[in-house]
Amino acid sequence: MSMLHLVNKSPYENSNLKTATSIMNDGDTLLLIEDAVVSAVKAGKASAMLDGCKVSVLGPDLAARGISEDKLVDGIDVVDYTGFVDLVESNDKVQSWL
Amino acid sequence: MSQTKKFMYINRKAPYGTIYAWEALEVVLIGAAFEQDVSVTFMDDGVYQLVKGQDTSGIGMKNFSPTYAALGDFEITKIYVEQESLEERGLTLDDLQHLVWEDEDEDYAEKDSIRLVSRAELGSVLAEQDVLFNF
Amino acid sequence: MKLTIQVNEGPYQHQSADSAYYFAKAALEKGHEIYRIFFYHDGVNNGTRLTTPPQDDRNIVARWSELAKEHDIDMVLCVAAAQRRGIVDDGEAERNGKDATNIAPGFRISGLGQLVEGGIQSDRLVVFGD
Repeated sequence: MSMLHLVNKSPYENSNLKTATSIMNDGDTLLLIEDAVVSAVKAGKASAMLDGCKVSVLGPDLAARGISEDKLVDGIDVVDYTGFVDLVESNDKVQSWL
Repeated sequence: MSQTKKFMYINRKAPYGTIYAWEALEVVLIGAAFEQDVSVTFMDDGVYQLVKGQDTSGIGMKNFSPTYAALGDFEITKIYVEQESLEERGLTLDDLQHLVWEDEDEDYAEKDSIRLVSRAELGSVLAEQDVLFNF
Repeated sequence: MKLTIQVNEGPYQHQSADSAYYFAKAALEKGHEIYRIFFYHDGVNNGTRLTTPPQDDRNIVARWSELAKEHDIDMVLCVAAAQRRGIVDDGEAERNGKDATNIAPGFRISGLGQLVEGGIQSDRLVVFGD
């Protein structure tokens, strides 16, 4: 059983990303959408929270915020909305950290 | 009953600053009629929803905290409160309402509904659920 | 995959309604079924037909109505949340003595049980909110 964790708020705004990454189990996936995509910028302090997690990030939300893929942490998977749907399907349930 | 799923309602926000705490509770109460395997979690600022002695007269909002005491009557007996969330906020279990349910299999003996769990334990509990509600 | 989608925020204020819409579209394009889209909290504001967004911006409400019509999706506004926020259909207007209705096409107002039932009947519940 694995869970898809959705985080949509910037880690510089609130602690949802901290909560999600600290409670995630092995085998779970974290998907960053909306303002949370800023977490994935390698040069940002918050990207350290992503260490050790399986992370995907929504491409359209990166592009909207002017974040190019070369700025991202290594090993992160950029997906589109179809990829988002696939992640929901391939995990047993979805936890939205609102 | 064709299928029973493990439903978890997760509360992470303090009451009154936003409506989520109250409107989440409404789902829990209505959901109780659907005879699923229900648990409720209070973590992060959600632990404030259960704090005793709420006096809302100065802010003009209805104090809905007495409703939590009724959860036992709605057969909601598994209420998880996260230890780290309490500690971070300088709270202990004593600051929270004492929530109970009556076990009809044991002569209506009163039992504690609140299960104090660590974040790691809560992670395991969440992993066991089928449906996760967030507000 | 049978999906229930919950939308907790109103149009424009938060990206939730947009994210939910694009997720729903992608799911339908992949051949999945959307069992229900349930609008709760300020999400019920996605169901007013009285919005006039700028011409050069997306029309979130109309977009939902079109999606519902094209794919025959059950889009439900929670009755308690709708009453609180003033989203009214004929039945609610009559019951609560309102002199107008404002519900958009493709939406219906119903109880929280619809959300719970969506959780029971679907393979996945996906929540979009603040």
